[in-house]
Amino acid sequence: MIQFDRIAKRYPPDITALSDVSAEIAAGELVTIVGHSGAGKSTLLKLIPGIERPTAGVVLVNGQNVGSLGHGALPYLRRNMGLVFQDQKLLFDRSVLANVLLPLEITGFPGRDAQRRAEAALDKVGLLPRAKALPVALSGGEQQRLAIARAVVHRPGLLLADEPTAYLDAATARDVAGIFIEFNRVGVVVLVATYDDSLFPGARRLQLDHGRLT
Amino acid sequence: MNWLVAHGRAARLALVRLAAAPLNTLLAVLGIAIALALPAGGYELLSQVSALGSGTVATPQFTLFLKVDGERKATQAVVDRLKERGDIAKILILLREDTLARMKAAEGLADVIAALQKNPFPDAIVVTPADDSPAAIEKLAAEARQWREVELVQIDAHWVRRFAALVNLARTGVLLLATLLGIGLVTITFNTIRLQVMTRQREVEVSWLLGATDGFIRRPFLWHGAQLGLLGGIVAWLIVAGATLWLQSPVAELAQLYGFSLSLQPPSVVDSFALLGVAGFLGWLGAALSMRQHLH
Ligand SMILES: Nc1ncnc2c1ncn2[C@@H]1O[C@H](COP(=O)(O)OP(=O)(O)O)[C@@H](O)[C@H]1O
Ligand SMILES: [Mg+2]
Repeated sequence: MIQFDRIAKRYPPDITALSDVSAEIAAGELVTIVGHSGAGKSTLLKLIPGIERPTAGVVLVNGQNVGSLGHGALPYLRRNMGLVFQDQKLLFDRSVLANVLLPLEITGFPGRDAQRRAEAALDKVGLLPRAKALPVALSGGEQQRLAIARAVVHRPGLLLADEPTAYLDAATARDVAGIFIEFNRVGVVVLVATYDDSLFPGARRLQLDHGRLT
Repeated sequence: MNWLVAHGRAARLALVRLAAAPLNTLLAVLGIAIALALPAGGYELLSQVSALGSGTVATPQFTLFLKVDGERKATQAVVDRLKERGDIAKILILLREDTLARMKAAEGLADVIAALQKNPFPDAIVVTPADDSPAAIEKLAAEARQWREVELVQIDAHWVRRFAALVNLARTGVLLLATLLGIGLVTITFNTIRLQVMTRQREVEVSWLLGATDGFIRRPFLWHGAQLGLLGGIVAWLIVAGATLWLQSPVAELAQLYGFSLSLQPPSVVDSFALLGVAGFLGWLGAALSMRQHLH
């Protein structure tokens, strides 16, 4: 499903975030990316939806070379992915439900079905009762679950999450991790960058150290 | 169909955004309305006033009036002189007897004419030069003025020409004004949309990350610009129509003093739609330029 072939990523002026990374993620897998802060976990995840492009090497997603996709093709690549960002990137000027509706609007999903799907996604993460609330009214754990609901509402085949359990207390972190595990059980490929992969038992681990796989 | 749905959504979203910032919207709409009302009003005034001139035939001709009690020989001499020239297209001789007869026949004048002891009219010759340029007419008329038999030379189309020149000048002025204020309008929407993009930076960024195309992101902003332009156009129309009604009677009075009847009318249906179309387009243009500058 995803192939990294001798990836290097340098940020200007001369920060090497990744070097010589080769890895493969197959259909149905649950994979964690672990490593110290600054090891390159976020960078590796960002290469998949084309948010960052590799300086060298090739990233293939379903056989497509992401690095060579033009600006106009990236949106269509991303529509088969669910992204949970490290900083969540929720929109605070609209309701919880409206946040979850956004990916469906982007893909041009018709109105009434979209509403039903968004509610189903919120239900799955236990946030349906808070649908009308504004995101600021949610706790940290609830905001994280909202970010997950938004990432899965369009039923992507691939879920990418960047430290989704950071800043959560142990119990909440376990809940959130459980949601990812559930999605993986129904066939979604899940790739999680995390400092604590004990939350994801049975996951395959990719260990990064200063931009290299170990 | 999909395309229609996408635009419907964007247009609705843009309306929500217009309503969400009523003060900004109001200021932008007023600015646009004033930028449109001035040239649109000027254009309307001009096209209605200039119709006055076009009613009068601006035939390139002039009339030679001979001396009141000049001899017929003198008239003949002038006619011969004109006929010898190669630069005259046509001459029409109005003999004083005929003129008198015509006046007698005219309603209401018969009594006055009957009271006259002698024919007050001179012979007259209407001359149409071959070259109908104003300069050529002026030159011929000036020459004829020197002739001893000629009492008065009157260039018939004189005021029409002056009027037309004046209207032309005013038209150029309106065009200039329209260009400048059109640029002003584009600037207003450019800036309004720039502020919109800035306040919606996060939404734009998140949408892009979640798989939104440029078109999806741009559409609401473009609609926003077009709607601002359109609203400005509607207000401008109201300003122009209101001013027309307000000015109707003073203008009619003024025109009457000069012997015309002129009743200012609100913009025609075609003009109204043209105004709204231009307004919407310029709003859209300002937004499109702003998008190019401020997205990504
Ligand atoms: N946009 C960027 N510009 C410059 N340097 C960056 C940028 N993003 C990350 N880096 C650097 O790249 C390295 C890897 O960062 P990152 O992938 O965020 O690591 P992690 O997610 O494992 O903490 C770090 O040294 C970080 O400072
Ligand atoms: Mg990180």
